[in-house]
Amino acid sequence: MYLYEIRDTLQATVLCGEEALDREVRSACASDFMSDVLAYVKDQGLLLTGMVNPQVVRTAEMMDMKCIVFVRGKLPGPDIVELARERDIVVMRSALRMFIACGLLYSRGLAGE
Amino acid sequence: MGDLKLTYQVDGGDLLQAGEASSQMKMALKKLDLPPEVIRKASICMYEGEINMVIHADGGHVEVTVGMDAITIRLVDQGPGIPDVDKAMEEGFTTAGDVARDLGFGAGMGLPNMKRYSDEMEIDTTVGVGTTVTMRIHIA
Ligand SMILES: Nc1ncnc2c1ncn2[C@@H]1O[C@H](COP(=O)(O)OP(=O)(O)OP(=O)(O)O)[C@@H](O)[C@H]1O
Ligand SMILES: [Mg+2]
Repeated sequence: MYLYEIRDTLQATVLCGEEALDREVRSACASDFMSDVLAYVKDQGLLLTGMVNPQVVRTAEMMDMKCIVFVRGKLPGPDIVELARERDIVVMRSALRMFIACGLLYSRGLAGE
Repeated sequence: MGDLKLTYQVDGGDLLQAGEASSQMKMALKKLDLPPEVIRKASICMYEGEINMVIHADGGHVEVTVGMDAITIRLVDQGPGIPDVDKAMEEGFTTAGDVARDLGFGAGMGLPNMKRYSDEMEIDTTVGVGTTVTMRIHIA
Protein backbone atom coordinates (compact mmCIF):
# COMPACT_ATOMS: atom_id res chain seq x y z
CA MET A 1 0.00 0.00 0.00
CA TYR A 2 1.32 3.43 -0.90
CA LEU A 3 1.73 6.03 1.81
CA TYR A 4 -0.69 8.40 0.09
CA GLU A 5 -3.32 5.62 0.24
CA ILE A 6 -2.65 5.26 3.94
CA ARG A 7 -3.07 9.01 4.36
CA ASP A 8 -6.40 8.91 2.51
CA THR A 9 -7.66 5.80 4.29
CA LEU A 10 -6.93 7.25 7.73
CA GLN A 11 -7.95 10.81 6.78
CA ALA A 12 -4.54 11.69 8.12
CA THR A 13 -2.54 14.90 8.08
CA VAL A 14 1.05 14.62 6.87
CA LEU A 15 3.46 16.36 9.27
CA CYS A 16 6.65 15.60 7.37
CA GLY A 17 7.74 13.71 4.28
CA GLU A 18 5.02 15.03 1.95
CA GLU A 19 7.41 14.41 -0.96
CA ALA A 20 7.81 10.71 -0.06
CA LEU A 21 4.16 9.59 -0.19
CA ASP A 22 4.80 7.47 -3.27
CA ARG A 23 6.73 5.01 -1.13
CA GLU A 24 5.17 1.63 -0.54
CA VAL A 25 4.80 -0.44 2.63
CA ARG A 26 3.90 -4.12 2.72
CA SER A 27 2.97 -4.54 6.34
CA ALA A 28 2.35 -2.65 9.54
CA CYS A 29 2.66 -2.88 13.27
CA ALA A 30 0.55 -1.18 15.94
CA SER A 31 1.50 -0.79 19.59
CA ASP A 32 2.15 1.68 22.38
CA PHE A 33 4.98 -0.48 23.73
CA MET A 34 8.22 0.08 21.88
CA SER A 35 9.74 -3.28 22.84
CA ASP A 36 6.65 -4.90 21.41
CA VAL A 37 7.34 -3.19 18.12
CA LEU A 38 10.99 -4.20 18.27
CA ALA A 39 10.07 -7.83 18.90
CA TYR A 40 8.71 -8.49 15.44
CA VAL A 41 11.25 -7.55 12.86
CA LYS A 42 9.66 -8.46 9.59
CA ASP A 43 9.40 -6.07 6.74
CA GLN A 44 7.16 -3.71 8.63
CA GLY A 45 7.27 -0.34 7.00
CA LEU A 46 4.51 1.33 8.99
CA LEU A 47 4.13 1.98 12.71
CA LEU A 48 0.82 3.04 14.24
CA THR A 49 0.99 4.28 17.80
CA GLY A 50 -0.78 6.40 20.38
CA MET A 51 2.49 7.04 22.20
CA VAL A 52 4.05 10.44 21.52
CA ASN A 53 7.75 10.89 22.29
CA PRO A 54 11.13 10.81 20.55
CA GLN A 55 11.57 7.11 21.36
CA VAL A 56 8.84 6.31 18.87
CA VAL A 57 10.99 7.80 16.12
CA ARG A 58 14.09 6.04 17.46
CA THR A 59 12.26 2.75 17.42
CA ALA A 60 11.10 3.27 13.84
CA GLU A 61 14.63 4.28 12.91
CA MET A 62 16.18 1.11 14.37
CA MET A 63 13.60 -0.97 12.47
CA ASP A 64 14.13 0.83 9.13
CA MET A 65 10.46 1.82 9.07
CA LYS A 66 9.22 4.28 6.47
CA CYS A 67 6.24 5.87 8.19
CA ILE A 68 4.78 6.59 11.62
CA VAL A 69 1.09 7.35 12.14
CA PHE A 70 0.11 8.90 15.46
CA VAL A 71 -3.49 7.89 16.15
CA ARG A 72 -6.20 9.22 18.49
CA GLY A 73 -5.43 12.75 17.34
CA LYS A 74 -2.10 12.85 19.16
CA LEU A 75 0.04 15.78 18.08
CA PRO A 76 3.80 15.23 18.20
CA GLY A 77 5.94 18.27 19.04
CA PRO A 78 8.27 19.91 16.49
CA ASP A 79 11.31 18.16 17.99
CA ILE A 80 9.78 14.76 17.26
CA VAL A 81 8.80 15.70 13.71
CA GLU A 82 12.27 17.14 13.09
CA LEU A 83 13.97 13.98 14.32
CA ALA A 84 11.83 11.94 11.91
CA ARG A 85 12.58 14.30 9.04
CA GLU A 86 16.33 13.92 9.67
CA ARG A 87 15.92 10.14 9.58
CA ASP A 88 13.83 10.25 6.40
CA ILE A 89 10.70 8.89 8.09
CA VAL A 90 7.25 10.13 7.04
CA VAL A 91 5.02 11.27 9.94
CA MET A 92 1.22 11.50 9.88
CA ARG A 93 -1.48 11.99 12.46
CA SER A 94 -5.02 10.73 12.40
CA ALA A 95 -7.96 11.41 14.68
CA LEU A 96 -9.05 7.77 14.39
CA ARG A 97 -8.72 5.40 17.28
CA MET A 98 -6.16 2.62 16.99
CA PHE A 99 -8.67 -0.17 16.45
CA ILE A 100 -10.46 1.68 13.68
CA ALA A 101 -7.23 2.77 12.00
CA CYS A 102 -5.87 -0.79 11.96
CA GLY A 103 -9.18 -2.23 10.83
CA LEU A 104 -9.44 0.14 7.88
CA LEU A 105 -5.91 -0.54 6.70
CA TYR A 106 -6.29 -4.28 7.14
CA SER A 107 -9.58 -4.42 5.29
CA ARG A 108 -7.96 -2.59 2.38
CA GLY A 109 -5.26 -5.15 2.06
CA LEU A 110 -2.41 -4.10 4.31
CA ALA A 111 -1.16 -7.19 6.11
CA GLY A 112 0.12 -7.57 9.65
CA GLU A 113 3.21 -9.40 8.48
CA MET B 1 42.59 -4.40 8.07
CA GLY B 2 42.07 -4.02 11.82
CA ASP B 3 38.77 -4.08 13.64
CA LEU B 4 36.76 -0.88 13.84
CA LYS B 5 36.13 0.21 17.42
CA LEU B 6 33.47 2.69 18.45
CA THR B 7 32.73 3.96 21.96
CA TYR B 8 29.62 5.76 23.17
CA GLN B 9 28.72 7.37 26.48
CA VAL B 10 25.13 6.93 27.63
CA ASP B 11 23.74 9.49 30.07
CA GLY B 12 21.40 8.28 32.74
CA GLY B 13 18.44 10.31 33.81
CA ASP B 14 17.28 11.67 30.49
CA LEU B 15 15.03 9.06 28.98
CA LEU B 16 13.91 11.42 26.23
CA GLN B 17 17.46 11.54 24.84
CA ALA B 18 18.00 7.78 25.13
CA GLY B 19 18.74 6.13 21.81
CA GLU B 20 21.18 8.75 20.59
CA ALA B 21 24.14 6.36 20.89
CA SER B 22 22.27 3.64 18.99
CA SER B 23 21.37 6.11 16.31
CA GLN B 24 25.01 7.15 15.93
CA MET B 25 26.14 3.54 15.77
CA LYS B 26 23.56 2.78 13.14
CA MET B 27 24.78 5.65 10.99
CA ALA B 28 28.39 4.48 11.39
CA LEU B 29 27.46 0.91 10.39
CA LYS B 30 25.57 2.16 7.35
CA LYS B 31 28.78 3.63 5.99
CA LEU B 32 30.34 0.17 6.01
CA ASP B 33 29.53 -2.47 3.48
CA LEU B 34 27.30 -4.57 5.76
CA PRO B 35 24.02 -6.39 4.98
CA PRO B 36 20.99 -4.27 6.04
CA GLU B 37 19.64 -7.18 8.10
CA VAL B 38 22.83 -7.30 10.14
CA ILE B 39 22.71 -3.55 10.73
CA ARG B 40 19.08 -3.77 11.80
CA LYS B 41 19.73 -6.58 14.26
CA ALA B 42 22.74 -4.79 15.75
CA SER B 43 20.75 -1.55 16.03
CA ILE B 44 17.86 -3.20 17.86
CA CYS B 45 20.21 -5.01 20.25
CA MET B 46 22.09 -1.84 21.04
CA TYR B 47 18.94 0.26 21.38
CA GLU B 48 17.28 -2.12 23.84
CA GLY B 49 20.52 -2.26 25.80
CA GLU B 50 20.90 1.50 25.78
CA ILE B 51 17.33 2.02 27.00
CA ASN B 52 17.88 -0.52 29.79
CA MET B 53 21.01 1.32 30.80
CA VAL B 54 19.10 4.59 31.10
CA ILE B 55 15.99 3.19 32.79
CA HIS B 56 17.56 0.66 35.12
CA ALA B 57 21.20 1.67 35.64
CA ASP B 58 21.55 5.46 35.34
CA GLY B 59 23.68 5.28 32.21
CA GLY B 60 27.04 3.78 31.29
CA HIS B 61 29.06 3.26 28.15
CA VAL B 62 29.02 1.04 25.08
CA GLU B 63 31.92 -0.44 23.16
CA VAL B 64 31.19 -1.59 19.64
CA THR B 65 33.72 -3.63 17.67
CA VAL B 66 33.19 -4.38 14.01
CA GLY B 67 35.34 -7.30 12.92
CA MET B 68 35.49 -9.33 9.75
CA ASP B 69 32.83 -11.83 10.83
CA ALA B 70 30.92 -10.26 13.70
CA ILE B 71 29.78 -7.08 15.37
CA THR B 72 30.35 -7.15 19.11
CA ILE B 73 28.36 -4.80 21.35
CA ARG B 74 29.42 -4.47 24.97
CA LEU B 75 27.20 -2.44 27.29
CA VAL B 76 28.82 -1.59 30.60
CA ASP B 77 27.07 0.06 33.54
CA GLN B 78 27.64 0.61 37.24
CA GLY B 79 23.98 0.28 38.09
CA PRO B 80 22.24 -1.87 40.69
CA GLY B 81 22.89 -5.16 38.89
CA ILE B 82 20.32 -7.88 38.14
CA PRO B 83 19.51 -10.16 41.11
CA ASP B 84 17.95 -12.97 39.04
CA VAL B 85 19.07 -13.06 35.42
CA ASP B 86 16.85 -16.02 34.44
CA LYS B 87 13.82 -14.13 35.69
CA ALA B 88 14.91 -10.92 33.95
CA MET B 89 15.19 -12.86 30.68
CA GLU B 90 11.55 -13.97 30.84
CA GLU B 91 9.21 -12.21 28.45
CA GLY B 92 7.00 -9.85 30.41
CA PHE B 93 9.19 -9.54 33.50
CA THR B 94 9.83 -5.91 34.37
CA THR B 95 10.69 -3.69 37.31
CA ALA B 96 10.24 -0.52 35.22
CA GLY B 97 8.34 2.28 36.93
CA ASP B 98 5.71 4.69 35.70
CA VAL B 99 8.15 7.10 34.06
CA ALA B 100 9.44 4.39 31.73
CA ARG B 101 5.94 3.06 31.11
CA ASP B 102 4.65 6.47 30.16
CA LEU B 103 7.25 6.50 27.40
CA GLY B 104 6.28 3.10 26.05
CA PHE B 105 8.81 0.97 27.90
CA GLY B 106 8.41 -1.67 30.57
CA ALA B 107 6.89 -4.48 28.54
CA GLY B 108 9.61 -6.79 29.79
CA MET B 109 10.62 -7.53 26.22
CA GLY B 110 14.01 -5.83 25.94
CA LEU B 111 16.33 -8.61 27.11
CA PRO B 112 14.35 -11.29 25.21
CA ASN B 113 14.63 -9.11 22.10
CA MET B 114 18.38 -8.75 22.58
CA LYS B 115 18.65 -12.53 22.90
CA ARG B 116 16.50 -13.01 19.80
CA TYR B 117 18.45 -10.69 17.53
CA SER B 118 21.96 -11.48 18.65
CA ASP B 119 23.77 -14.70 17.80
CA GLU B 120 25.48 -14.83 21.17
CA MET B 121 24.64 -12.99 24.36
CA GLU B 122 26.23 -12.98 27.78
CA ILE B 123 25.16 -11.11 30.92
CA ASP B 124 27.73 -10.51 33.60
CA THR B 125 26.11 -8.85 36.59
CA THR B 126 26.75 -8.30 40.27
CA VAL B 127 24.19 -6.73 42.58
CA GLY B 128 25.43 -3.37 43.81
CA VAL B 129 28.31 -3.29 41.32
CA GLY B 130 26.88 -3.23 37.82
CA THR B 131 26.04 -5.08 34.67
CA THR B 132 27.90 -5.88 31.46
CA VAL B 133 25.92 -7.25 28.55
CA THR B 134 27.92 -8.57 25.59
CA MET B 135 26.25 -9.44 22.32
CA ARG B 136 27.68 -10.73 19.07
CA ILE B 137 25.91 -10.44 15.75
CA HIS B 138 27.44 -12.55 13.02
CA ILE B 139 28.04 -10.99 9.64
CA ALA B 140 26.68 -13.29 6.90
N1 LIG C 1 21.35 -2.82 32.85
C1 LIG C 1 20.50 -3.23 33.79
N2 LIG C 1 20.73 -2.97 35.10
C2 LIG C 1 19.87 -3.39 36.06
N3 LIG C 1 18.74 -4.09 35.82
C3 LIG C 1 18.46 -4.38 34.53
C4 LIG C 1 19.30 -3.97 33.46
N4 LIG C 1 18.76 -4.42 32.30
C5 LIG C 1 17.63 -5.06 32.63
N5 LIG C 1 17.43 -5.06 33.97
C6 LIG C 1 16.33 -5.71 34.72
O1 LIG C 1 15.74 -6.72 33.92
C7 LIG C 1 14.35 -6.46 33.72
C8 LIG C 1 13.92 -6.92 32.34
O2 LIG C 1 14.57 -6.12 31.33
P1 LIG C 1 13.90 -5.99 29.89
O3 LIG C 1 14.73 -5.10 29.05
O4 LIG C 1 13.64 -7.35 29.37
O5 LIG C 1 12.48 -5.32 30.20
P2 LIG C 1 12.17 -3.81 30.61
O6 LIG C 1 13.35 -2.94 30.35
O7 LIG C 1 11.65 -3.82 32.00
O8 LIG C 1 10.98 -3.44 29.62
P3 LIG C 1 11.14 -3.20 28.01
O9 LIG C 1 12.52 -3.56 27.63
O10 LIG C 1 10.10 -4.08 27.39
O11 LIG C 1 10.84 -1.77 27.80
C9 LIG C 1 14.19 -4.97 33.96
O12 LIG C 1 12.88 -4.59 34.31
C10 LIG C 1 15.21 -4.75 35.10
O13 LIG C 1 14.67 -5.16 36.32
MG1 LIG D 1 14.30 -3.02 28.49
